[in-house]
Amino acid sequence: MTVHTLNPDTADARSVDPSALVARTTSRPSLGETRVQTLSMAWRALKKMRRKPEQFFDVLIQPLLFTAMFAFIFGGAISGSVSEYLPVLIPGILAQTALTVCMATGVQMREDMDKGVFDRFKSLPIARIAPLAGPMIADLIRYGVASVLTVVTGLLIGYRPGGGVLGCVGGVALTVIAGWSLAWIFTWLGTKARSAQSVQGISMMIMFPLTFLSNAFVPAETLPGWLEAFVKVNPVSHVVSAVRDLCNDGAVTAEVGWAVIGCAAVVAVFAPLAVRSYSRKM
Amino acid sequence: MADLSAVRADGLVKAFGDFRAVDGVDLHVRQGEIFGVLGPNGAGKTTMLRMLATLLPVDGGHAEIFGVDVRREPHRVRQLVGVTGQYASVDEDLTARENLWLFGRLQGVTSARAKAIAGDLLERFDLQEAADRPLAQFSGGMRRRLDLASSLITRPPLIFLDEPTTGLDPRTRGQMWDTIRDLVTDGSTILLTTQYLDEADQLAHRVAVIDRGRKVAEDTPDALKSQVGESTLQLGLAEGADIALAADVVRRLLGEDPVLTPESGRVNIPLPDPDRAADVLIGLREAGLRISSVSVAKPTLDEVFLALTGHGADDESQMEAAR
Repeated sequence: MTVHTLNPDTADARSVDPSALVARTTSRPSLGETRVQTLSMAWRALKKMRRKPEQFFDVLIQPLLFTAMFAFIFGGAISGSVSEYLPVLIPGILAQTALTVCMATGVQMREDMDKGVFDRFKSLPIARIAPLAGPMIADLIRYGVASVLTVVTGLLIGYRPGGGVLGCVGGVALTVIAGWSLAWIFTWLGTKARSAQSVQGISMMIMFPLTFLSNAFVPAETLPGWLEAFVKVNPVSHVVSAVRDLCNDGAVTAEVGWAVIGCAAVVAVFAPLAVRSYSRKM
Repeated sequence: MADLSAVRADGLVKAFGDFRAVDGVDLHVRQGEIFGVLGPNGAGKTTMLRMLATLLPVDGGHAEIFGVDVRREPHRVRQLVGVTGQYASVDEDLTARENLWLFGRLQGVTSARAKAIAGDLLERFDLQEAADRPLAQFSGGMRRRLDLASSLITRPPLIFLDEPTTGLDPRTRGQMWDTIRDLVTDGSTILLTTQYLDEADQLAHRVAVIDRGRKVAEDTPDALKSQVGESTLQLGLAEGADIALAADVVRRLLGEDPVLTPESGRVNIPLPDPDRAADVLIGLREAGLRISSVSVAKPTLDEVFLALTGHGADDESQMEAAR
């Protein structure tokens, strides 16, 4: 290739002084650096989303399809009518959708990590959390789109939330927070598992019991005692109850508090686990 | 601190289960040189490089980059080293310009300056025209160039090149060699791995030969080659010619034993100096021996290997190691 003279600003030829460079190195990234690096990784994830809009398929289809389908199939049987069932169902679907998006986060993380470019990310002096947290920040868009779409579909088929606009905004916000926090579990799985397929498989196994063995679609009181006991400790149930309180009553109840505390606990445990497993996996 | 080594590794070990991919290698790379690590597939070259680049944990031994401990302070080491891998490690979903900008941002370069550097590097590596096209349309050579450009954004004093020209066509390969030479003129130190003796010969000031995770030799390329003879004269004798007589002639003229294949009448003669080929040919003519084919071959990696280790570069154990 032709060799052009470099801009003197970028290439001060023959002035590489390693000992001076060594003196300038830092032993760990500062908080400010970590922030810039995480945001740069988020930028990368956003670019990818824009170039591969098919990624949004599940985010768009699931809220539309499941909301309408479940409402009309179960509505009469469970609550007597579709409109009576919607206040029960919509928060349930919100939680289910958030979990589905979480799963996609983990699977995509695994796929991404198998690419050659992750070798470069690892070789660069960047905070180990940045390649994980960056895409998760970009994913906030997906949680947002999925949640809003679910609520809108509900409104279209007759959902009239008692909590009003503010309650709904609160419910959607809580769904996004819960989804984002739980996504750390799946990201951790992504850094652990051997392949994207295995992440998908394991995630399914976690997701199905968590969503269906919860109060997302049916009132817990109708279940046999042993199942009711499980449903009551299932964290998804708490998120669903909290979202119901917000959307239907506009009330910030203890459930909301517990849901937020639960989310914080999940992040506190799984974010460090994920970062540790990511830095080891080389 | 002129005596500060770019790389100093003592007894480096990497084990995968029972298999020791790198088995006690010492390496000493001086500032400002191109140091070549030569060996066949599966010899442990890449594993060694990945350990030095903090991409793989070091299982045993000690390694320092410009005096910074690789195990204890990986974040520091990462600020001093640029890594260009065997497989281009750039983001397929971004354009060339976006790749360079992102890598710049990640390393603390301001957005505007990252843009300027990206522009300069794209120009220097002849990638301006393709700068905003998707990477899927890039040729192998372009990818490799972008990969190398990505390693140069912060102008690291030490650059690791893992088989920089494997899979490139001869012309692109020559261009890559020129680029690598320029980097050293700019003051960088380069540690490169290669399977090609030719490449080590062209670029490296000093070469370490790695076999089955061990260093079997370390020298200048010239000294290594001289161990197997500068080149080999390969003769095919005409039918009915006396192969023993030919061997005598060679021994008398060069003082070395040729390698004989009596079944096909082939004689391989190591030449200390290519100039002596004519002497051998004249000697054979005078002895009345007729020749059906003549060629002069440069020593191959395989021959260097054979001379150094007593086994070929491609024999079974190496293939096994490669898996």
